[in-house]
Amino acid sequence: MTQSQTEFAEALLAPEAPVPGGLQDAAGRPAGRRFAVYRNNVAASLTEALHEGFPAVASLLGKENMDGLAGIYLRQHPPASPLMMHFGGEFPDFLAGMRQLSHLGYLPDVARLELALRRSYHAADAAPLPAERLAGLSPDALMAARLQLAPAVELLRSDWPLFDIWCYATQEGAPKPQASAQDVLITRPDFDPVAQPLPPGSAQWIAALRVGHSIGEAFETTLEIAPDFDLSAPLALLLEGGGLTDLMT
Amino acid sequence: MLDSTRSDRLPAAPGVGYKPQHFDALIRAPEHRDGPGPVRWLEIHAENYMGDGGRPLAQLRHLAERYAISVHGVGLSIGGEGPLDADHLTRLKSLVGWLNPASFSEHLAWSTHDSHFLNDLLPLPYTKATLSRVCAHIDQLQDAIGRKMLLENPSSYLAFAESDWSEPDFLAEVSRRTGCGLLLDVNNVFVSATNLEFSPTGYIDAFALDKVGEIHLGGHDEDEDDHGAPLLIDSHGREVVDPVWSLLDYTLDKSGPKPILIEWDTDVPDWPVLLNEAVRADWALSKLAPTAVMA
Repeated sequence: MTQSQTEFAEALLAPEAPVPGGLQDAAGRPAGRRFAVYRNNVAASLTEALHEGFPAVASLLGKENMDGLAGIYLRQHPPASPLMMHFGGEFPDFLAGMRQLSHLGYLPDVARLELALRRSYHAADAAPLPAERLAGLSPDALMAARLQLAPAVELLRSDWPLFDIWCYATQEGAPKPQASAQDVLITRPDFDPVAQPLPPGSAQWIAALRVGHSIGEAFETTLEIAPDFDLSAPLALLLEGGGLTDLMT
Repeated sequence: MLDSTRSDRLPAAPGVGYKPQHFDALIRAPEHRDGPGPVRWLEIHAENYMGDGGRPLAQLRHLAERYAISVHGVGLSIGGEGPLDADHLTRLKSLVGWLNPASFSEHLAWSTHDSHFLNDLLPLPYTKATLSRVCAHIDQLQDAIGRKMLLENPSSYLAFAESDWSEPDFLAEVSRRTGCGLLLDVNNVFVSATNLEFSPTGYIDAFALDKVGEIHLGGHDEDEDDHGAPLLIDSHGREVVDPVWSLLDYTLDKSGPKPILIEWDTDVPDWPVLLNEAVRADWALSKLAPTAVMA
C-alpha cells in the first residue's frame, strides 16, 4: 500500500489514533512504539518551544498546566512556517479563550509581552538617534518635529499591572504586583530587549508618534487623557534605549 | 549553471554545530586553553538566522569572518508531497546570498504538511514516486540558491513496507540525477542500522562515499520497541558513543579525510565538553594512513 503523508501527519498529532498501516519493523511487524518516537518528537519539541518562548506564562501556570495547555495549543495551532521564532503567535488569544483560565485574566497580556520581547530580539538593527540632534532644536522646532521609532521598539497597553506581573514571574525576589494598570515599553539598547513600565499617558504619546504625529501633536492628544503628562520621561526612555532612529523637522 | 566547487570548501577538519553560549570560546585565540582548539568551521541551522537583525545575525557575521560556515536547513521539507514553500525558498536564497557559506545542506525527509510545520524530520518510503519528487525539489532548490547542496541520510525508527530501494542506493541515485552531494551522518547510520537490523559497515560499503562533502556525528538515546528490541533515538543530547567513533574510522579509511561536524542540540554542554568531542574527531582525521590522506 502507499503511505500518504496526510494519514501520517494526522496520526502524528492525534495521540489516540491507530498507527498508520504500511509502517513496520525489520521483521515486518507493525511499527507500534516506533511510530510513537515521531509522535513524541513533534509534541515534545513544540511543547519545549512554548516553554522557551513564554517563560513567564509557564512560571505563572506551573510546568504541569503549561504542558497540558501546550499539548492542546500545538494541535490547534501547529507552526505555520519553519521559522520557529514565530511559533506561538496565537498563544495570547488561545489563553484568553480558555474558560478554565478566566480567573487569570492577565495571562494573555503576559503572553503578548513575551511575544513582543521575541519580536524585538529579532527586529532589524538601526543606528540610534544621537541625543544632540534633539538638544540643538528650539522649543518650537522640537514640538513640530516627528520621530522615527526603531524597529525593535514595542509598546504594550494593559489594564493589568503587567510589568510587575512579568517581573514577579521571571525574577527571583520581585515584589508581589500592586493593583494598577501598567503600560510597557520595550527597547533594545544593544542586543537584549529591555522592558520598562511607562508613566500614565506615555503609551498614548508613543503610539501617536509611531503613526506619524509630531511631538507636539502627540503631546496635545495625550493631555486630553492624562492632564499631568510629562513627555520628558518617555522621551528619555526612548533615547536611552536607542528607540529613536531619526528626527524629521 | 551550478557552481559545483562551493560544497568542497569546508576544510577536512572538525566543525561544531554553533550554539550562542559558545560564542566567547569560539572568538578566543586559537592557542587559548579554552579557545576553539582544532575547530575550523561552524554549522548553523538556517531557520534560526532568518530574522531581520539582532544578536543572531550580528554573531553570525562576526563568526563568518573567521570560520567557514555550513548552512544546514531543517525546514524545507524536501521529501514533502506538496510543493516546496516558495517563501522559504526565497529566505534560503537570501541567506545563502549574503552569507556565501562554504556549504548548504538539507535532509532526506519531510516536515511540512498542508502548510503546517511539524518540527521533526519525518521518514520517506524509498520508491520511484519519492525519487522523482525529491529530485524535482532538489533541482528547484539548487536553481533557487544557485549552487549544489548536500543531502543528509536520516535516522530511521521504522521502515515502509512499500520501499523498494535501499537507502544508500536511493541517495546515490538522487545524487546522480541532481548533481547534489551527500552529507553522511555516521550516527544516523548506526541508529538506523540498530533499529532496522542491518549492518552499519555494509551500509557504508554501499554508500557513494565519493559524493560525501561532510560527515555528521552526534549522540543518541536508548529505548526499546514493543518486543524489547533496542530502539535508538537520535537526540543530539550527549557524547558520541564508541561504536560510532569506530564506524567513523571505518568510513574515513574508505573515504579519506572529510569535514566532520559534532552536533549537540539539546542539553547543550559547556564548551570544554564539546571541544573534547571535536578533539576526538581531529584524532580520527590525523591517524588516517597517508595513502588515505592522498586519496
